[in-house]
Amino acid sequence: MSDFKISKTLDAKNLSCPLPILRTKKAIEDIKIGEFIEILATDPGSVADFNAWTAATGHELIDKSEESGIYRFIIKRTK
Amino acid sequence: MSEKKKKLAIIASKADIAGAYPPLILATTAASMDYEVGIFCTFFGLNLLKKKKLNKLKITPAGETNMPMPIPQIIGILPGMTDMATMMMRSWMKGAGVAKLQELMDISIESGVRLIACQMTMDVMKIKRKQLIDECEVAGAATFLEFATGADITIYI
Repeated sequence: MSDFKISKTLDAKNLSCPLPILRTKKAIEDIKIGEFIEILATDPGSVADFNAWTAATGHELIDKSEESGIYRFIIKRTK
Repeated sequence: MSEKKKKLAIIASKADIAGAYPPLILATTAASMDYEVGIFCTFFGLNLLKKKKLNKLKITPAGETNMPMPIPQIIGILPGMTDMATMMMRSWMKGAGVAKLQELMDISIESGVRLIACQMTMDVMKIKRKQLIDECEVAGAATFLEFATGADITIYI
């Protein structure tokens, strides 16, 4: 379905604001520019927050989906 | 490339659990969004900077009329009620997967959040420099104002 390869998965399930974002900030530094990180979260607020965070930082929110209460975000490191 | 960083300036004046979280949540999140962040800690907000204090902060049910406690409001002033409310609040927080205050402070320090202890209120409350964490600086109103000048967001908590 897509041509990107996930370089790292961050499990942020059962964490509340702002931890999914803070952990993502840290984890994205472990991948190279141009690579993709996958984040799994259960905080419903994270949907809006990952939109805002990527808008502010310039990293690219490539995809978001939800399945049985687990949100999955794919973010491309851009810098 | 050399785009000017956004800046967040916070004044933290409270240190019950509900007052201590907002400055640290906003500071760490803003830092993760590449903001330059400073927190000026004054009056009870100085407790945020005390060594080994963060995870011991409490909340009192007295006057906190919307706290869902299984007791009548007036009972909140009795001895032990603050500890009971604190225990309840901590267990709700843990259940909701909320970060501990110390973790948020560690991330603040790691991400370069500027922590300023108010000298005047340290004197008033007889708090010594050595009671505060090494990572903070001690200064006054002029230092905060100089930092907050040109801030994109300024918040008083």
